[in-house]
Amino acid sequence: MNAPFENASLYDCRDAFVATLESLGAADDSIVAVCNDSVGSSKLAGFREKFPERLINVGIAEQNMVGVGAGLANGGKIPFVCAASPFLTGRALEQIKADVAYSETNVKLVGISAGMAYGELGATHHSIEDFAWIRALPNVPVIAPADRIETAAAVRWAASHQGGCFLRLSRVGVPDLLPADHAFTLGKANMLRDGADLTIIANGTLTCRAMVAAAILDGQGIAARVLNMASVRPIDADAIVAAAEDTGAILTCEEHTTFGGLGSAVAEVVVDVIPVPMKRLGVPGIFAPTGSANFLLDEFGMSPEGIASSAAALIKRKS
Amino acid sequence: MQSSELRAIANKIRRRDLQAVYEAGAGHIGGEMSVTDLLTALYFKIMSVDPDAPRDPQRDRLVLSKGHTALALYIVLAEKGFIAKEEIATFLKPHSRLNGHPTRTKVPGVETNTGPLGHGLPIAVGMAVAAKLSREKWRTFVITGDGEMQEGSNWEAIMAASQFKLDNLTLVIDHNRLQQGARVADTNDVAPLRPKLEAFGWAVEEIDGHDMDQICNALAADKVVPGKPRCIVARTNKGQGISFMSDNVAWHHKVPSAEQYKQAMAELEEAGR
Repeated sequence: MNAPFENASLYDCRDAFVATLESLGAADDSIVAVCNDSVGSSKLAGFREKFPERLINVGIAEQNMVGVGAGLANGGKIPFVCAASPFLTGRALEQIKADVAYSETNVKLVGISAGMAYGELGATHHSIEDFAWIRALPNVPVIAPADRIETAAAVRWAASHQGGCFLRLSRVGVPDLLPADHAFTLGKANMLRDGADLTIIANGTLTCRAMVAAAILDGQGIAARVLNMASVRPIDADAIVAAAEDTGAILTCEEHTTFGGLGSAVAEVVVDVIPVPMKRLGVPGIFAPTGSANFLLDEFGMSPEGIASSAAALIKRKS
Repeated sequence: MQSSELRAIANKIRRRDLQAVYEAGAGHIGGEMSVTDLLTALYFKIMSVDPDAPRDPQRDRLVLSKGHTALALYIVLAEKGFIAKEEIATFLKPHSRLNGHPTRTKVPGVETNTGPLGHGLPIAVGMAVAAKLSREKWRTFVITGDGEMQEGSNWEAIMAASQFKLDNLTLVIDHNRLQQGARVADTNDVAPLRPKLEAFGWAVEEIDGHDMDQICNALAADKVVPGKPRCIVARTNKGQGISFMSDNVAWHHKVPSAEQYKQAMAELEEAGR
């Protein structure tokens, strides 16, 4: 359990991703990176320098990129297929379905600059459908790490996991939240803070905002539990049921549309097992306007103050 | 294996395919007849594959990108010993692993699941890159339909294969000139294929895709051009071997009546003599 941070240093999770990939690549020459002209945005220049043969840049061709990843896996390689998340997931969705998920190939999909990271570039570049798209597919775990520690742990897990997965990374700086020795366990949430009045469930860039919101609520006499739910599929049903039993209300926050993402996944468990008042924060099914990721998250009620205010309203619905 | 033996195997596969389509009441008989000679040459003459070690890392790979002709592949795999011959009778039956498109995790010898068109060539490019990275000699083959070449993902892969100098990759285009609902020429005509592939840096050869000598010759390892991916444009007939199906767009996935079945089988038997 971590204390709320103040003026914490912010880190770009891509740096943790590439540092881990380079270190794994040095130990195992079956690790390869595949990208779509995204050496810069995927921060793969260092990997290319260390392992020039093992950086496979297919150019601006995402469908081919995912197929090439599946073929590399067939040939015994462990491909990390990296691209801006909206194009990796949306452009190549059928390849992800047929060549990765259905074929059960050992392809690691890495969606870079996910969520609102490209906020200013407009709705074509917002990746706020990727949880829903990939979560609908069998065999592909969906993982959104909350900080550089969890990112590194998830990349190590992905390399050792036999099968495909989707790692969703932002480029927006986040503080350290998890302990330095954190080991990623698929399908397990981390309780970052305990409380009896409600549970806030978040992942990715929203986890740190949830922690600040919990501190605000604490000042109002409301004790919030905060669960970091990096694993969207499989989801930690036990932690959700325990949260419903112990706190009686659940608020979810995600850098995603409210259709089919983390909030939906949590709601599915709540509805099936233990109905309690719930509220899902996210982008409410519209194309978002232009603005930085942080501006847009604030705009959609996910500033720390916004989250705290939704939480305070939610607990009034408890019976 | 001699061409005469290969022709006999191909004829046997056609007859079993016709019977299976008739009994299952479904299948893609037109394209299966056009691709059979190509599959026969690959599995019985060209490729190094072992039914007792279907995942041997050194095996040659075939990707059947035109996955709707799965039945022809299943029968080839059965003839080769990857699956039991009796299992062909389960084609399309409930819970059969022989569904209408090949499944890697269920059917030994299948390298990747296919079905949606335009997927096979990108995967084959990845396989060929993997072999190059590992400095291994195994070859990758992929068979697409000609209508399938309308999918843009193929052209992404064509550019990549040339850029990566994948001379261990061979694309065979089953050029039967018909797609599901119309002639390719009347839909979005990708022909002529040869100059297009050549312009993208491939070594291309056009052959009669039903002439076993030409097929085997074109696929032989000594025909590989160093540094260039290879494309065989195989001129074929949809419904090859069956007079009323041949080059007839109606027979993409039509099922013969009892009378048509009898006639078709008689024609194939006659051709096999």
